[in-house]
Amino acid sequence: MKSIRKFDYYVLLEKITPLIAVIFALLVGAIVIKLIGEDPIFVYKTLFSNAIGNRDGWGNVLFRATPLIFTGLAVAFAFRCGLFNIGGEGQVYIGTFLATWVGFTFTNLPAFILIPLCILTAAAGGALWAAIPGILKAKKGVHEVIVTIMMNWIAASLTFFLVLKFKAPPTEAMEAAGVKQMIPHTREIAEAARLPRLYTILKTLNIDFPSYNQVNVSFFIAIAAAVLVYYILWKTNLGYEIRAVGYNPLAAEYGGISVGKNIILAMMISGALAGLVGTNEVMGFKYRWRQELFTNLGFNGIAVALLGKNHPLGVVLAAILFGILNYGGAIVNIYTEGRIPRELIMVLQAVIVIFVVIADEIAKRLIRKRRKVL
Amino acid sequence: MFGDIFNAQFVASSIRIAIPLALAGLGGVFSERSGVINIGLEGMMLTGAFTAVAVTNISQNPWIGLLAAVFIGVFLGLIHAIVCVTFKANQIVSGVAINLFASGITVFFSWLLFGETQIMTKSSLPIWGLPLPNIGEGSTFIRNMIVMFAHYSPLVYLTIIIFILSHLILYKTPFGLRLRSVGEYPQAADTMGVNIIKMRYIAVMTSGALAGLAGAFLSLEQAHFFVKEISGGRGFIALAAMIFGKWTPFGTAGAALLFGFGEALAIRLQGVSAVPVQFINMVPYLLAIFVLVSAVGRAIPPAADGIPYEKEIG
Repeated sequence: MKSIRKFDYYVLLEKITPLIAVIFALLVGAIVIKLIGEDPIFVYKTLFSNAIGNRDGWGNVLFRATPLIFTGLAVAFAFRCGLFNIGGEGQVYIGTFLATWVGFTFTNLPAFILIPLCILTAAAGGALWAAIPGILKAKKGVHEVIVTIMMNWIAASLTFFLVLKFKAPPTEAMEAAGVKQMIPHTREIAEAARLPRLYTILKTLNIDFPSYNQVNVSFFIAIAAAVLVYYILWKTNLGYEIRAVGYNPLAAEYGGISVGKNIILAMMISGALAGLVGTNEVMGFKYRWRQELFTNLGFNGIAVALLGKNHPLGVVLAAILFGILNYGGAIVNIYTEGRIPRELIMVLQAVIVIFVVIADEIAKRLIRKRRKVL
Repeated sequence: MFGDIFNAQFVASSIRIAIPLALAGLGGVFSERSGVINIGLEGMMLTGAFTAVAVTNISQNPWIGLLAAVFIGVFLGLIHAIVCVTFKANQIVSGVAINLFASGITVFFSWLLFGETQIMTKSSLPIWGLPLPNIGEGSTFIRNMIVMFAHYSPLVYLTIIIFILSHLILYKTPFGLRLRSVGEYPQAADTMGVNIIKMRYIAVMTSGALAGLAGAFLSLEQAHFFVKEISGGRGFIALAAMIFGKWTPFGTAGAALLFGFGEALAIRLQGVSAVPVQFINMVPYLLAIFVLVSAVGRAIPPAADGIPYEKEIG
């Protein structure tokens, strides 16, 4: 009886490895902060109290978590099919750009048509971009990792070309001052294509919330996407087939499941999830496409998926944690007048990933040992 | 028009572009021949590029900067080996983490040390001129070629030596045979008394050293500055070159030259053709995908590539 309880303890350990990894990573961060001559306790206190100590902070955290939920789900979904979708970045680019294009082109459509149309376009753009590595993998056997990475750079160039094609005319103020756009950007999308900020909803409920906060309805789309991913993976035939291919493609094929078809579908759904980032970045926030080099959303999605153990609920929680770190890190950067660069957070995220995989491995070994003893 | 593009300078710039790809690709060869996939080459290159410039500027000596870049590559290789070989964790995840780490740490330190994300090199490696043969009044093309080849950065000569040495080590020494056996059939190698863990550590750390060197070439020689994300996916293109080169040193070098040629051609075409520059910028990446698709079925990876070694104990 006693040994069985001990066994459960190890299974619990495997479940909480992400937590252990995060604690270790924060310790590493503290050492780095100490080494560059700052006070780790002050830094972490500033980070967490600003990020989750008040409503404005929470709003900012959720705003930053939203795109990571999408890209995290994208990576997790592909991973369930045994695929590494490292191309989230490019799928974000294509989906977001196309949604923006729809938003500033079909300006006379009413909101109840234009908003769904933009959302669907964002998803379709991402799906299309991810279909290419999916097809190459399914039909030709080309490993998806390098292809998806290459597709990121191609997407960056392609959107750069397109943004110049659809560049916003200079404003009167810019014309008068004779300045050009520093970062090329498109026209703004139609009012009818914009997602309401959370503030406008909370106002009708008489809840006090700062009006400048950027968190918007896209967060709820992200939560809905997480639920949908759960439903597809564990409640539908498609999800069963995708997981079967991920678990053992040869056995799946033998069982009558088309491996190629499921690889392509999984990549497309994964890409669609990544493309939905556009709902937050453009439809809910900037209202236009700005050509910036990689925002690292696709890559951070990998870390989020791992930390969330490739489960939708885990992904949402991990994305919120990363939202806290990102927003808190930016605040710390301001508080310390740049003495702690915000890239420290990127380093911490990488360290978290390394610790998660190591902790998982250790937990697995302990469980295996335990089983042998039993 | 043809002569305008394909002159000696074009050949020289193809080679210059090819060198970091070739070095990092060779790093991939060592790592994957021992059975460890190294997606982290990109990050190792990036960190090497930063370290080379930072240490060069601080020490005022590019050779020390170069050495530091190699050293940091070895260090990242060590981390990759600890995660993948000792802890047997997913190799692609570890590589991705190294890339993420590199993106963060390079910018972190360039803010911290220099207060900006673009750092110019304050001193660069010399150009070594080899003694020129007297070729008289021959064709200008041939003469230019000889002049070009005789005046290169030491790193170019170093790269050629490294490639010849790597070929000899991998195919003509017992060490190379063991390394390859570890990547093909580790169980057999183990029964023959080869220390698999040790071999894989050496291979992955060597790949880190080569990627660090590739990064140093990129920043010290090619760009003469470091800028955020200067590696620009070259670590992954190097992996494509490795696959196209069938996991052999000379094959990888050849594929890297093909990429160098493609990119040099793209740069040349920028002024001449009506194709928008953004499409020309896509060429190396499109070429990489094309190369991968055409390599399928012909290029077979080492049998144990990507599989952690588990000793079979009953």
